[in-house]
Amino acid sequence: MRNAMRALIASVAISIVAASPAAAQKKYDPGASDTEIRIGNIMPYSGPASAYGTIGKAQAAYFRMINEQGGINGRKITFISYDDAYSPPKTVEQARKLVEGDEVLLIFSSLGTASNSAIHKYMNAKKVPQLFVATGATKWGDPKNFPWTMGFQPNYQSEGRIYAKFILEHRAAGKIAVLFQNDDYGKDVLKGLKDGLGARTSMIIAEMPYETADPTVDSQIVRLKASGADIFVNISTPKFAAQAIKKVAELGWKPLHILNNVSGSIGSVLRPAGFENSKGILSTAYFKDQTDPALANDPGVKEWTAFMDKYYPEGDKTNSSNVSAYTTARLLVQVLKQCGDNLTRENVMRQAASLKKVDLGMLLPGITVSTSPTDFFPLEELQMRRFNGEGWENFGPIISGEIGS
Amino acid sequence: MELFLHQILAGLATGGIYACMALAVVMIYQAIDHLNFAQGEMAMFSTFISWQLIQWGTPFWLAFGLTIIISFAAGLVIERVVLKPIHDAPVLSHVVAFIALLAILNSGAGFIWDYTIKNFPSPFGSGPFLGLSLLSKHDAGMIFVTLLMLVLLYLFFRHTRIGLAMRAAAANPESARLAGIRVGWMNGLGWGMAAAVGSVAGMLIAPVVFLEPNMMLSILLYGFAGAVVGGLTSPGGAVFGGFSVGIIENLAGTYIPVVGREMKLSIALCIIVAVLCVKPSGLFGRPVVTRV
Amino acid sequence: MHGPVTEKHLAPPEAQIGGIALSHWRLMVLVVGLAVAAAVPFVLKNFFIFQITLAIIYAIAILGLNLLTGFNGQFSLGHSAFYAIGAYTAAIMMDGFDISYVWTLPAAALVCFVFGFLFGLPALRLEGIYLALATFALAIAIPQFLKSTLVEHWTGGVQGITIIKPDAPFGLPLNSDQWLYLFTGVVAILMYWCATNLIKSRTGRALIAIRDHPVAASAMGINVALYKSLTFGVSALYTGVAGALGAIAISFVAPDSFTFQLAIALFVGLVVGGVASIPGTIVGGFFVLFVPNIAESFSKGLAGAVYGIILLLVIYLMPTGAAGLGRWVTGRLMKQDR
Repeated sequence: MRNAMRALIASVAISIVAASPAAAQKKYDPGASDTEIRIGNIMPYSGPASAYGTIGKAQAAYFRMINEQGGINGRKITFISYDDAYSPPKTVEQARKLVEGDEVLLIFSSLGTASNSAIHKYMNAKKVPQLFVATGATKWGDPKNFPWTMGFQPNYQSEGRIYAKFILEHRAAGKIAVLFQNDDYGKDVLKGLKDGLGARTSMIIAEMPYETADPTVDSQIVRLKASGADIFVNISTPKFAAQAIKKVAELGWKPLHILNNVSGSIGSVLRPAGFENSKGILSTAYFKDQTDPALANDPGVKEWTAFMDKYYPEGDKTNSSNVSAYTTARLLVQVLKQCGDNLTRENVMRQAASLKKVDLGMLLPGITVSTSPTDFFPLEELQMRRFNGEGWENFGPIISGEIGS
Repeated sequence: MELFLHQILAGLATGGIYACMALAVVMIYQAIDHLNFAQGEMAMFSTFISWQLIQWGTPFWLAFGLTIIISFAAGLVIERVVLKPIHDAPVLSHVVAFIALLAILNSGAGFIWDYTIKNFPSPFGSGPFLGLSLLSKHDAGMIFVTLLMLVLLYLFFRHTRIGLAMRAAAANPESARLAGIRVGWMNGLGWGMAAAVGSVAGMLIAPVVFLEPNMMLSILLYGFAGAVVGGLTSPGGAVFGGFSVGIIENLAGTYIPVVGREMKLSIALCIIVAVLCVKPSGLFGRPVVTRV
Repeated sequence: MHGPVTEKHLAPPEAQIGGIALSHWRLMVLVVGLAVAAAVPFVLKNFFIFQITLAIIYAIAILGLNLLTGFNGQFSLGHSAFYAIGAYTAAIMMDGFDISYVWTLPAAALVCFVFGFLFGLPALRLEGIYLALATFALAIAIPQFLKSTLVEHWTGGVQGITIIKPDAPFGLPLNSDQWLYLFTGVVAILMYWCATNLIKSRTGRALIAIRDHPVAASAMGINVALYKSLTFGVSALYTGVAGALGAIAISFVAPDSFTFQLAIALFVGLVVGGVASIPGTIVGGFFVLFVPNIAESFSKGLAGAVYGIILLLVIYLMPTGAAGLGRWVTGRLMKQDR
């Protein structure tokens, strides 16, 4: 009799457990567990691109904040970030260390086109997510061939096309001079510009490359001015952009000056170059300008400033890289939250590829993040803006880039 | 023709930067007979110190002077403390020590002042020089100061007892010791002076290229090239070499089709190597004669 | 009366530690080392195997530099250029022409030898600092050239070339990391053996003579110009083969991989291992790969400074490199015996 009771209780117990909803079943890939999610990251903390190292530090600070707030679904984030000194062989080594040594769940926001190219095949062969890579190269949005890699920022060719469109609409009779960094990124923007000009590519009468090893771009600017162009497209990184702006002013050249958005930071570029010299410069943006006094009471800006004050006080608040870092980290946390208890790499990619108009505090009003299984470009929209001598003024509609959408 | 002149002028302007650095390189070479890789980083670090002083409210020229003194002291200390233990080590080990110094200074500056570019004020003001839109007041001022330093250093090494003692200590330490010269302290002095000259170079260069930890690396290389092509035994040659590198690079970039733009530096360096093949000790250098 | 005094009585006793001849000690160390090396791919995780493979590759590259700078006294700051040429030769052959990775090594060797020899010819007139500058010019020019639009079609320009990592042949039960390690190891053993024999031979003595007393060497009838250029070629050959192996191991080449920083790293590895020491290059290779990682683990922000401090300490403690330390230790051990 007692045995039968026991058997009955046992079978009831078993059936209750078996009937539990599937959500209670946890699925983990290496890097995830009940208590922890391990996130890998590779940044150039030393070497020629060390200026971008602040992104890794800001992201580490953000994850520290999330951990203090309870983590993601109760799990603490372990953020492991290595230095690759912007050298592709080192990137390969660090990526393998993260995946095979530290066994991270995914690699997030690795920086640099060459660096990411080096690990592109490896990450996809190992089926480890290479999420929200910190470069705008157009090739990261290719889900058919590389289903484990996804970019984040509006890609460079889109940006170039948007400038081309603006020029055709407002200065169709103009002559264009271009300064560009002689690498992947610079050539990508230039390609977008040329593609956007289409039949009118001949508007470009001078294009001068520069190397990051060049001390200044002064002689390139001299050459560009000598071409007689009245439109100047400035595709350069902060230091060289500032030099270019200064030299253009010194030479007394007053073209329509279009500056690419990686160098749009007021604190890192326009202030050193001189506000007077920067007046009238056009650019694009997808982030709110955190140094704009008019936005001081914007809830997104306030949230970001509070985060920087508390968790990354030594970070430079005028550097837009820190806004980018905050936003990508926030997006990753959202994706991981959506994964719930199913923390497999496959699910991470699935969640990342099904974002619908996600609003992230520091994005411009109207710009949201959207992805789909065929659209691996989270951000594609930009807005034009003009510098009035004191701050940026956005104008015009939110424009969508035309690649991969 | 106009473009040609423009590029020459622009080349003089950038060449001024290289000439300044080349002078610092030759200075230290004359003092210690070694190629100092850390020269650029020392100059950069000094410039940051100057910047920090200005941020704290020090007037420009006072900060300028203080920085020179601090750099001199630092150079002396580095030689006496960091380099003394390896005095007897082979030359190549010294070079590695310089590389180590480079890494420490670069990383330290980045850590303390971070990597955002900073504006460094120019004592000469901005705006065109004599109405020439291609040469700014600062460029002209930089060239002037470089030439002034050149003259002062020439006088120092040629016509003062200490200068002579330093040259002797560098050229032939054994004999110098026998003549009563304290070689160790001469080396230290040499480093101090090189650091001081470097700091001036840094403070002149920063307004043009913007101050950040990585600013000097490529300039140092151009400075080396200029110093070598001019001849490492000749400060005047080094300055000339620096200007030449700037001009050659600009002309190559403008007039050599296709490759010119993309490989300016390589072409400039190739020309330098070609010069060296014809004159192995540099244009104005004295050939070193070894006795068998 | 004793027999005639033979040479054997007059020869000095062979150096000994603890009763065993020094040459026997060396042999034992070598055998143990090889045994450990052979066990590595079956004991360690894939990632470590990969790292050690890279360290060995750097060691071969440093060996090339050592032949030129250490044994022949020609100061080179540009060996990253030869490494790059070797790497790109391998990459273009494998990606563009579908040639098996095995043939890329002799090809890289040949290309780099010719290139090194041709570079060494005009460089004959240059000494010390001036030669350093010329080689440095090469180190700067090569990545710029690789990026340029002239050769973009073959080199992939700034984007570089991705190649596929080879698998173990004949269906051996080894994964690609293990196989590559063994392949690299065999190549390394071969190249080290050749280098050792070269240095011990008359040619090797000629090289060293040229380094120490060029005028005397020339007076003795050594064709200094020919030897110096040949040494440049051989040195480039070694570093080029290392470059090719590196390209295969990393499976990716781009101009950014071969900057001046690499030339400096090789140079540092040379000095740390010990100038003019062949076994020292192995220490150098491991130093170049692992010490930056160690420095990083101390402090992310100050990794460079920590690296510099470690480097200074190494130079203070071992001014003549690891090989110098080795010699000092054996010297002490031998002294203790008496």
